[in-house]
Amino acid sequence: MTAVQEKGGPASAPGRPAPSPFKGKKRPGEAIIILVLRLAAVVTVLTTIGILLALLIPSLGFFREVPVTEFLFGDRWSPRFADASFGVLPLISATLWTTGIALLIAVPLGLGAAVLLSEYASPRLRRILKPILEILAGVPTVVYGYFALTFVQATVLREWVGLDTGAFSVLAAGLVMGVMIVPTVASISEDAMSAVPGALRQGSAALGANRMQTSMRVVFPAALSGIVAAIVLGVSRAVGETMIVALAAGSQARVVGNPLEQGQTMTGFIANAALGDSRVGSIEYDTLFAVGLLLFLITLLVNFISIRFVRRFREAY
Amino acid sequence: MRSIVDTVQPLGHRRSKYSGEKSPTSLIFLLLIWACLAFSFLFLVVLIVTTIIDGSNKFTSTLFTEYPASSPERAGARPAILGSVWVIATTAVLTIPLGVAAAVHLEEFADKKLWINRVIELNVQNLAAVPAIVYGLLALAFLTLLGVQNKNIVIGGALALSLLILPVIIISTREAIRSVPLEIRQGSMALGASKWQTVWRQVLPASVPGIATGSILALSRALGEAAPLLVLGALVFVSFDPNGILSGFTTMPIQIFNWTGRPQAGFQELAAAASILLLGLLVLMNGLAIYIRNRFQTRW
Repeated sequence: MTAVQEKGGPASAPGRPAPSPFKGKKRPGEAIIILVLRLAAVVTVLTTIGILLALLIPSLGFFREVPVTEFLFGDRWSPRFADASFGVLPLISATLWTTGIALLIAVPLGLGAAVLLSEYASPRLRRILKPILEILAGVPTVVYGYFALTFVQATVLREWVGLDTGAFSVLAAGLVMGVMIVPTVASISEDAMSAVPGALRQGSAALGANRMQTSMRVVFPAALSGIVAAIVLGVSRAVGETMIVALAAGSQARVVGNPLEQGQTMTGFIANAALGDSRVGSIEYDTLFAVGLLLFLITLLVNFISIRFVRRFREAY
Repeated sequence: MRSIVDTVQPLGHRRSKYSGEKSPTSLIFLLLIWACLAFSFLFLVVLIVTTIIDGSNKFTSTLFTEYPASSPERAGARPAILGSVWVIATTAVLTIPLGVAAAVHLEEFADKKLWINRVIELNVQNLAAVPAIVYGLLALAFLTLLGVQNKNIVIGGALALSLLILPVIIISTREAIRSVPLEIRQGSMALGASKWQTVWRQVLPASVPGIATGSILALSRALGEAAPLLVLGALVFVSFDPNGILSGFTTMPIQIFNWTGRPQAGFQELAAAASILLLGLLVLMNGLAIYIRNRFQTRW
């Protein structure tokens, strides 16, 4: 059409190559489509900015009333009482307990499963085993919470093992959460181990090592950054998990001394506080966001560490 | 004089007992890693079996037809089931086009060297790992900003869940697009198609199975998610059928959470029964995703 000819005019001036006659007609609609696509991608950045603003603005209101040092280092959390106290350490202690217990379960189980899937299982066996393992990641967390409360805490820990514990404990919540993040740890570690070149395994075998020695002394160290990334991502999921702790860990915010006590995690507090009707602009409402901000910053830090490590293992080979 | 050859022990020397595939430590190791997997599977089986045992009594038509009530005999999950349908459908409408568009941009059009696109990529990876409850806080703040009084509305919940699963959809769509070979694009463009025509008529149709699989898996995650909706105040006594995107709602996971927290045993049975339904739905959705992947995925 004319657009091509018009463009052809000045371009054929001396010193500039003639444009290709096969350029095709101009499609002005495409520029709009590409703009729309770009806007869709920008939405993801807007989400992050939105999260930051949504958390920061009410938090600023909160920190006008409560000094940051009192929030971070105070060891009494009672935002709803008449003499309110906003020390976040009780929430952090419960989060550390549930996350720590979850990791004690998830790291050995996840890494063991990853070694089996990557180094021992035939491709056929792996195709069967891996989806079954992934089911664990697909079970709704509220169902895990129900299971932690009614079976793990009430039946296993109290009846079978006979532990001296109440209706809730950070132990039950942590144990179930640990199994929940096994697939996360296993599948990323397995990817990292599978990415280790076969030549390293052959070299190891040629030196007389068996598969266990090859797995532990060659594949494992070579895949270490990916494995660390998997564990770190597991930490991030455990810190942010809400429903299991809201149901099974209890709702008393005290500094947790041993795993049989109940405790309220950061996420547990947000979930519980949201149940009560907090007036917009009140200190209770702002408290939600202050705790949310702390939670977001912790997981952000952890995620960036994980992404760092994943990059390293991707670039290694 | 002894040559160096004599000091080297024959290769077969250590194989005998401790170094072969069948040495005791090696077998114990194999046993241990199998135990890791076996424990996880056993846990899954126990979870499913106990839930079915607990809930089988209450898994009746009452669960589907009745409204929540103060006595466990008369209570059902009808509004929660309908609420889940409304919220998930709205989420799908909001998030799938957005996620696919963003993925197409990142994979086909974005200049990978430009800093803004690198920021977007890193950002998507990070968003995928932000705790679900934070998205609830985001939606809460957003609705407050708009001056919405009752924040427990379908569109609010769908907004939180959409942003939650958007990174998942973007990541899986990018993988689907990436698996379409370059030759298809080159062939299309050699025939005179523009970049967008190539994407729209060749790349996207070829990656539909991958996109569908990823979207269904993401939506199944949204279906089981309760935390963000809890923040929006979805834990309310809903005794009506939700009938629009501005309607109040509760969802199945929220209803399970509510029933689990009640002291009466009857409500815990109801929670288990609703869990059976939720697990069944998730199995169906995952099965559909696997079927689509196996049946329609093109192997290039």
